[in-house]
Amino acid sequence: MLKISDLHVGLTADNNVKILKGIDLDVPSGEVHAIMGPNGGGKSTFANVLMGRPDYQITTGTIEFKGESILDLPPDARAHLGIFMAFQYPVEIPGVRPFQFLKAALDSRADATGQKKLSAREFTKRFDEKVVQVGINANLIKRSLNEGFSGGEKKRNEILQLEILQPVLAIMDETDSGLDVDALKIVAEGVNSQRSPDRSFLIVTHYQRLLNYIKPDRVHILVDGKIVETGGPELAVKVEKSGYKEYLT
Amino acid sequence: MPKHFFPESVKKFHDLLETRKSVPSLGTNIDVLKKIAWDYFSSTGIPLHRRGNELWKYTNLKPLSDTSFTLSSDSDVNVEDIVNEIPWSKDWHNILFINGMYRPDSLGKLDLPSGLSISDFQHNNMWANFGSLAKPNSGTFAALNTVFVQDGISIKIEPDTKIRKPINIIFVVSEVPRNFATFPRVYLDVGENSEATMIESYISLTSHPILTIPVVEIEQHTEAILRHYRIQMENENSFHIGSTRVGQKGSSKFESSTFATGPRIGRNDIHVSLNEPDATCQLHGLYITFGDQQQDNEISTTHSKPSCTSGQFYKGILAGKSTAVFSGDIVVEKGAQKSIADQKDLNLLLSKGVEIDTKPSLEIFADDVQCSHGATAGHIDLNSLFYLQSRGLDFNTAKAMLIRGFADEMIVEFELTELFEFISGLVDDIIPTLQSQSDTIGTT
Repeated sequence: MLKISDLHVGLTADNNVKILKGIDLDVPSGEVHAIMGPNGGGKSTFANVLMGRPDYQITTGTIEFKGESILDLPPDARAHLGIFMAFQYPVEIPGVRPFQFLKAALDSRADATGQKKLSAREFTKRFDEKVVQVGINANLIKRSLNEGFSGGEKKRNEILQLEILQPVLAIMDETDSGLDVDALKIVAEGVNSQRSPDRSFLIVTHYQRLLNYIKPDRVHILVDGKIVETGGPELAVKVEKSGYKEYLT
Repeated sequence: MPKHFFPESVKKFHDLLETRKSVPSLGTNIDVLKKIAWDYFSSTGIPLHRRGNELWKYTNLKPLSDTSFTLSSDSDVNVEDIVNEIPWSKDWHNILFINGMYRPDSLGKLDLPSGLSISDFQHNNMWANFGSLAKPNSGTFAALNTVFVQDGISIKIEPDTKIRKPINIIFVVSEVPRNFATFPRVYLDVGENSEATMIESYISLTSHPILTIPVVEIEQHTEAILRHYRIQMENENSFHIGSTRVGQKGSSKFESSTFATGPRIGRNDIHVSLNEPDATCQLHGLYITFGDQQQDNEISTTHSKPSCTSGQFYKGILAGKSTAVFSGDIVVEKGAQKSIADQKDLNLLLSKGVEIDTKPSLEIFADDVQCSHGATAGHIDLNSLFYLQSRGLDFNTAKAMLIRGFADEMIVEFELTELFEFISGLVDDIIPTLQSQSDTIGTT
């Protein structure tokens, strides 16, 4: 599903700053991969580059999604292909209501892919169901997007969007940071309930604890812009015990 | 000095006045006020000199003073043609002015409840309170209105009366072959312990440069509550210099929301005097400018007595080469202890060519007060844009959503359903123009 070769990335604003220094990664359909690593190693950059954040510039390498390069695609075109990123720091947007925003997002994808749009009634039903399922305060979600939300509520709102948009590849950028155990479980349930043979997940995390609830197929350790080790779920347990010291020179 | 030597800008209005010579006198008292006003205006002229003139420092009135206008009493317009262009509901008390002249019952017969009376100046000699709040010599444009006023209405709400339906006053300049100048006048008296909603809208249905110089005086008695809305949306060649003067007695409440867009030069000049204890006022507004428009918001509040609360909160969206001014002033006089006042002005700048001059100012002469102020100016936030795009919205749609989102908290203040839909639709219609005149996002 996702195939990355020799990916080098720097800052758009400053060519001398190099963050990712040659990443190779293959995430087959239906698999859950975890990207772990110390702070400053490039995890979040990696997630954001996949979504197309303009702050980063790809100097060499390729990113293919379902066999096609997505390097030249803007974020919205990537979303239309079914790529989703849950933000580490969801943005507060005054005056934009989650309901209208998500309806517009779905409509825009339907337009781009030639699918039939949901009627207002169908969408309302889906939205209301998911609000209950994710456990977001129904009054809160009527207000502006993320404005006045606590850290946990913002993360739940990311899961709500994941549930409604039903992407093919979901990138979870440190969705577990700053969450209490209850919120962590909501995030994990969100991911687990959506696991399917034609959907993949990339879980970016510093800690192993989220992986207690979401069992990854593969774990990659990202240090200083490179994947330095890849293994099964046991690798996450190992770094939880011994830390990232051994990878740092 | 020869008798008829005036600065150029005065001469123009002098000549305009000459065309009105045949109009009969409105009575000695009014003639006296008009003379005071003319003497004041002819000594100042249109304020073109900006340096050192705080009131006009950031607004260039030369395009106004370079344009010639005519007066009209022509109101021969088919009302059917304009009903879709104005905010109104058949359930409101609708008062229509066409080309500066009051047209009674033109949007359906006024069926006024007891305690509410509306009289027009021309036919009912309702000039008793004329100029009590907007003095004839209190400023260039209050003076010009006093000199030229053609028609106006006086609205009286008796004590202990709750007026359920909004009083909706619409000033329309219709398709005319000339550059019209209109000088409408409204006096509103809200009786003790009474409550009402008033809407003022200024609309043009012509592309000619028109000049609108309205004056609205509002007297609020003890415990009176007034919800006030003001919509300024004439065409992009026009000029609008509006003055609103409000006097509040004890424990009265004035809440105002304004929406300003459109004219080449627009000025929304509101002054509220909190004259007795425990009065409150909130002055809020949204201004949207593009092209080479100038919008000037001259917002001032005076706390004269203790325990009054006031707020000023304006938001601006600027595109193209437009300029805007927020000149907010709150004066807390000596002895006005326990005053609470805050003011802020937030701006979204959509292009490199715009200019915002924002000047929140507090002048405090009492020592036991709670006051704050602030102002910001920023571009579209890149993080927000990326967030919306990452969900599938294209760049333009995401940007439009952020612009609409910025305006939203002001739009929702227009609570009446028909009014909300009118303003909301208007903003949605303007956004593509703003987008086409936008060349900046983020911090670039």
